[in-house]
Amino acid sequence: MKPAAFEYHAPTTIDEAVALLAEHAPNDGRILAGGQSLVPTMAFRLARPTHLIDINNVAKLDKLAIEDGALCIGATVRHAQFHTPACDGILGHLLTNVVSNIAHYPIRQRGTFCGSIAHSDPASEWCMVAATLDATMVAQSVSGERHIAAAEFFETVMTTSLNEDELLREVRIPVLSDDTVYGFQEFNRRAGDFAISMSLVTYRLEAGKIVDPHVGVGGAEDRPRRITEAEAALAGQSPGDDAFRAAAEAAAAAIDPMEDHATNAQYRRDLTATLVRRALENAAS
Amino acid sequence: MATATNRMLGHLGDSVERLEDPPLVTGKGRFVGDINFPDQLHMRIVRSDHAHGKIISIDTSAAEAVPGVVAVWTTEDIDDVPPIDFREGSDPTLALFRQYPLARELVRYVGDPVAAVFAEDPYTAEDAAELVVIEIEPLPVLINADDTPQDFKGQATTEAAIVEQGYGDIDTTFANAFKVVEIDVKVSRHTGVPMECRGAIGRYDEARDVLEMYGAAKVPHRNRDTLCRMLNRPASGVHLFEGHTGGGFGIRGELYPEDVLVCVAAMRLHRPVKWIEDRREHLMAANHSRQQRHIIRAAVAEDGEVVGLDDELYLDQGGYIRTHGTRVANMTTGTLPGPYRFPVYRSICHFRLTNKTPAATYRSPGRCESTFVRERLMDAVAVAMDMDPIAIRRRNLISLEEMPYGRALDVLGDSVEHDPGDYAGLLDQGLAQIGWDDLQKTLAERRANGEMVGAGISMFFEKSGLGPSDGAKIFVDNEGFIEVVTGGASIGQGFETAMAQIAAEDLGTDYRRIRVVHGQTNRIDYGVGAHASRATVLTGTAVSLTAQAVRAKALDMAAELLQTSAESLTITDGVVHSKDNPAGPSLTLGEIAEALIPTSKLRGDREPYLKGEEWFHIDHQTYPYGHHIAVVKVDPDTGGVEIEKYFIAYDIGRSINPMMIEGQLVGGLAQGVGGALFEEFTYSEAGDPQAVTFADYLMPTLQEIPNPEILLTEDFPSIRTPLGIKGAGEAGITGAAGAIASAIDNAIGIPGAVTETPVSPQRLKKILRKHGK
Repeated sequence: MKPAAFEYHAPTTIDEAVALLAEHAPNDGRILAGGQSLVPTMAFRLARPTHLIDINNVAKLDKLAIEDGALCIGATVRHAQFHTPACDGILGHLLTNVVSNIAHYPIRQRGTFCGSIAHSDPASEWCMVAATLDATMVAQSVSGERHIAAAEFFETVMTTSLNEDELLREVRIPVLSDDTVYGFQEFNRRAGDFAISMSLVTYRLEAGKIVDPHVGVGGAEDRPRRITEAEAALAGQSPGDDAFRAAAEAAAAAIDPMEDHATNAQYRRDLTATLVRRALENAAS
Repeated sequence: MATATNRMLGHLGDSVERLEDPPLVTGKGRFVGDINFPDQLHMRIVRSDHAHGKIISIDTSAAEAVPGVVAVWTTEDIDDVPPIDFREGSDPTLALFRQYPLARELVRYVGDPVAAVFAEDPYTAEDAAELVVIEIEPLPVLINADDTPQDFKGQATTEAAIVEQGYGDIDTTFANAFKVVEIDVKVSRHTGVPMECRGAIGRYDEARDVLEMYGAAKVPHRNRDTLCRMLNRPASGVHLFEGHTGGGFGIRGELYPEDVLVCVAAMRLHRPVKWIEDRREHLMAANHSRQQRHIIRAAVAEDGEVVGLDDELYLDQGGYIRTHGTRVANMTTGTLPGPYRFPVYRSICHFRLTNKTPAATYRSPGRCESTFVRERLMDAVAVAMDMDPIAIRRRNLISLEEMPYGRALDVLGDSVEHDPGDYAGLLDQGLAQIGWDDLQKTLAERRANGEMVGAGISMFFEKSGLGPSDGAKIFVDNEGFIEVVTGGASIGQGFETAMAQIAAEDLGTDYRRIRVVHGQTNRIDYGVGAHASRATVLTGTAVSLTAQAVRAKALDMAAELLQTSAESLTITDGVVHSKDNPAGPSLTLGEIAEALIPTSKLRGDREPYLKGEEWFHIDHQTYPYGHHIAVVKVDPDTGGVEIEKYFIAYDIGRSINPMMIEGQLVGGLAQGVGGALFEEFTYSEAGDPQAVTFADYLMPTLQEIPNPEILLTEDFPSIRTPLGIKGAGEAGITGAAGAIASAIDNAIGIPGAVTETPVSPQRLKKILRKHGK
């Protein structure tokens, strides 16, 4: 449980950080933010970066503010900062609701929002939030800034479309209108564990009918995503048991569940139906 | 810390604060990781990543070339060191299955130590360990103990032993039975997982020819004896030292390959050698436990009496037989009948090796497994006979009138003889306290409203205070400070506090003035350590007898000095005074001690010093008893189980410190919930362990553990011990899986549904799906 040797860098500016990343990424140089996933993996020697570029001293990465209709979350913003609403309105409320499900209190003090997104564990709550709410990832490298839509960002287990020389500088989540309702559900065997499956849903009502439904599922597949089949089952329907069950069944049918030694596909599929339905019931209540 | 009044603290039965807590909660603990010696080396073990195979070659050259590496050993470097022997002495019938400190010819599980790297620092040791190249020719992997046994080294099969116990005529009883009820149930492979991983430091004092090992726990004296046997050294030349220990649970403190390696390396490399285990190693290298499959049947008479019990079980021992030998098999077959009469009984245990981590004892070994199995069977009998689960148990409980109740069964070399106890009476008290009848009504109403809620019970008897003997020494110095020297061990259970309270009772002093020594083989010749719920029963009684002897000596000396009779004197807060006239002439214990020093003219022909040493010998173990009741709610959609309420009733005989006993029960329950619902070591078909981190091995957290209601009674002090003490260490875990399984059956309305632990959501969902629920 002692990591392999590595060289440690502590830049203080974004330019310096991305320059170091450009230099060392080809030799498995990695960004260190909260370290809550990377450092244990290094202790197991499953990750053995030769260079660690610690961005905790970099100025201006702690941004947490509304800009141009989106909540902008900088690379060193910690999970714990979402325990109180990060912004007014529904979005801030939603994020406070989700954050308490992320691991345990000490981990939330160190771990970062952007670190979770870049790490892209399929069971990451923040990844599912980003996918469901169509967040935009702002990647920075020596060659400039690139904006990546959530739907193009998460590729598979712990794999994103971020290039090796890119720092995930910021994530932007569109603000939710005041008439948006949301529901969040996750299931795991113990409090704080990675979700076996989870769901985040949002929608609005116009003349009593569901519009703009977003149905996100995480933990069940190799990446979090919106389930369009479930959204189609909701759009234009009255909220209620019939529509919610139809959407839940559609979601369960649409996913390609992961299997591991502890959980089989059938269990994950059944569970996903339950969680989507309950998330929708949450949203409606 | 002294209170404003002269009130002495810490008498028997007082829930006083624990003496051991101040250093532990202020960061002053000294765990093995905190101990360092100048010039020490660090050891890193290279472990097999094959579950079964022949060692073709081991290339250590690249590792040896790493700067800072002092040595890299394989079994050839220590070919004079024998396999690790059994704690209770050599056993030729099992000798073949023992584990060498480093694998010889074969590897038998993933995690089997193959090489040891010794380096100047732990980082270098781990770097170099990665460079050791091991070539293995894979052999067929045996994962299930109920599969056909394989060859073992061409000399035996993997069925290392068959352990059979029983009495009466099984065949006739079953042939004449009104009904026969059979179940097939499994207990998963899981174990005690201490917060602190293992660690050991070997140090050899060449000037004095003394080998020392730090990081000992649980049974330091026994491990010293085994080390002496293995290394051919006198007991006076091997000393083990126990520091703070972050949990034991039966698995920490046995003599493991790494312990032997640091000792041998310290002698041969002429430097102290330190080894600290990491969690991944711990979960694949420290003892596993519990895995058993029982096919068990009951012969039942028309009135519900279970007239015969016939059990066949497969015990998954893993790759080797370690220090415990067949202890778990013996305890399983010896305690399976539990608190019931069962006039005819047989249990046959197939004690089999597999290609998994070796198994041994874990808190409540044998009883935890057998209680789950037996209580599942009692529930099945109730269903088959259309009787209430409480009624079927009552029908079969051993009654107070039959006590002490002997059986022709052996538990650790001791024939089972139940202490007098009122099993049915405690059941009455428990059911009344929890309001069982009202609870049944409420649960029935909730089920009628669509909720899956239910209650279940599990009854058990425990064993504690394994003999035969233990001793203690007490020394009072000239300032009146008291040292109690024991061969006990502290694994976090409050040993020091319990011993201090017991000594304080007779020495008439505040328990905080007493220093308790444990786990130091250089301070006392003999010790039983801390296991089998024996420390308070056995060591505590020895301390009590010694304290009485020292008291008698103090009063005898004081009587002469005060020119009165010893009978007229007593001791209060360390002061000897007249019973009738507390304000009259008095002497402190320190003054009396001073009068007894070797050169004292006042001493007369008394033995020097205010000190004593007494022994306690016990004929039979003590058998405390109790029951657990669980109320659970099942989520039919997720298969999740929530424990809504939990209740433990237990007769302790005599409480030394009720707070600590409740702590033992709650802590045991936490682990019981783990085994019932969460913890499981699973393996792939190739024998790869799938739970080697806390992400996969699910320890319950505070949020999953119920806060139980506890009924602690002292209705039946043990007849085996003068203070009436019975053990407390294991009752919190013993009944848990049985009660939770029973409650789940009740909640989902499917009798006998739970046949396997842990009841994971996926397993439960599968059951519900199968039954269309």
